[in-house]
Amino acid sequence: MKAIEWFTQVLEVLAALAAAPLFLAWVNQCRAWLSNRSAPSLLQPYRGIRKLFYKDAVLATNASALFRIAPYIVFGTMVLAAAVIPSMGTRLPFTSAADAIALVGLLATARVFLSLAAMDVGTAFGTLGARREMMVGFLAEPALLMVIFVASLICSTTALPAITEHLATESLALYPSLAFTAVAFTMVLLAENARIPVDNPATHLELTMIHEAMLLEYSARHLALMEWAAALKLFNYACIGFALFLPWGVSVGQGPLALIASVPILALKLALAGGGLALIETLSAKLRVFRAPEFLATAFLFAVLGLLVHLLLRA
Amino acid sequence: MHALSLQMLDALAALLLLLSFAMLSQRRIVTLVNLLALQGGVLCAATLLLAWRTHEGHLYLSAALTLALKVIVLPRLLHRLIHRLDVYWDTEPMLNIAGTMLVGLVIVVFAFGLAQPITALASTATRSAIGIAVAVVLLAFLTMITRRKAMSQVVGFLSMENGLFFGAMSATYGMPMIVELGVALDVLVAMLVLGVFFFQIREQFDNLDLHNFESLREDK
Repeated sequence: MKAIEWFTQVLEVLAALAAAPLFLAWVNQCRAWLSNRSAPSLLQPYRGIRKLFYKDAVLATNASALFRIAPYIVFGTMVLAAAVIPSMGTRLPFTSAADAIALVGLLATARVFLSLAAMDVGTAFGTLGARREMMVGFLAEPALLMVIFVASLICSTTALPAITEHLATESLALYPSLAFTAVAFTMVLLAENARIPVDNPATHLELTMIHEAMLLEYSARHLALMEWAAALKLFNYACIGFALFLPWGVSVGQGPLALIASVPILALKLALAGGGLALIETLSAKLRVFRAPEFLATAFLFAVLGLLVHLLLRA
Repeated sequence: MHALSLQMLDALAALLLLLSFAMLSQRRIVTLVNLLALQGGVLCAATLLLAWRTHEGHLYLSAALTLALKVIVLPRLLHRLIHRLDVYWDTEPMLNIAGTMLVGLVIVVFAFGLAQPITALASTATRSAIGIAVAVVLLAFLTMITRRKAMSQVVGFLSMENGLFFGAMSATYGMPMIVELGVALDVLVAMLVLGVFFFQIREQFDNLDLHNFESLREDK
């Protein structure tokens, strides 16, 4: 019994690893369609990652060990987060560790190492990107925590699987507070994953970039891991969103069979979320970097409003 | 069924609060007026729902009044004024948007605290929304404080009236009909008088910036 549980867990992580670049490709494809461009293949991110793994890594002469191990740490934390988030099942061995606050901490660890590595070589762009990332991060994190607190107050627990099960199984109720926090969460997702209103993932224009600026010095397998980790991060955020706001269809049983039943539903949710994300990105314009705090303050406002509305209207 | 209608009322109350914040952050006057009309629409929907729930006939009447006045007539009037005065932007708010938002949050907390005793005394099913009504009133007040242009101050004033109306509705299922009619008429007349004022102000100072009023000297 124990072995089969772990086997299920491994399967779940592998599925997340395989699905993350596909989700990213799907978002890109939707964006291309919406802006009347011919879309890249769904396999494009896989090809990119494969190509990078075949290349020889080039390191700056003054790169320290931190620069070299950072991709592994970032990738590792993202894999761990994927294992912990109840994306397919809530009764897996790892999901019992899915305390929401710990999860936010885990994501913050990845950010710290990414920023440190970006500053390590000492180029102007890396430092600039790291600073901007930190600016976005310190504003997005409280908003994310507030979002999680609202769900925690409703379900009186901070364990993500318990929240998901509670929301999925109770009778349908209207939660204005959850609607507010869903908006806040979407804004945090856009900011944290370097999507359009805050950062443009498709450009290398140095004055506007945040995430790309931090990866400029990386090449080959390091870059491949970083990009895979970025795709995984987007996937993880989408799954956190599903766990909080669209919990229906997650399997609460054990074993690989129960998990398989929830896969088509997750795929459907991801397809819809990807389309929605592409729509938001197509409709909005990139903000000036100095307007990003305003954007994130609005996200924080939405989350706190959700909290206040919940406290007042609980009745 | 009743539980669901109560939840929907709560959701509408929350939407009202959200619209107040949207108005607080909005820089364009045209959008501000549209938001005001939307707020009136939400208010109308809430009134209708409450009327259906409580079977109070006069609430239907006040819902109709809200629809006619706050969704159709007043926004129309305002739009016409905007076009004729040619003011589309409220250029500089006194405080930056993020700061205003944070002050707004503090105000909401304050309003919820303020409404606690009233909520404890009220016996209506919608009493939990009283706090939101107070918050809407105070946020509209904040909108008025942070704007310089006369136009957006008037919009803030009208939004304040929305909040008062919602408060009366959730505390006592609406004011007596005669009071409601009186208030509605007052608002309409105030709007007309203010429209005349706008033209006078612009004739005097060439713009609608209320900053001009701070110096009361004869020499311009």
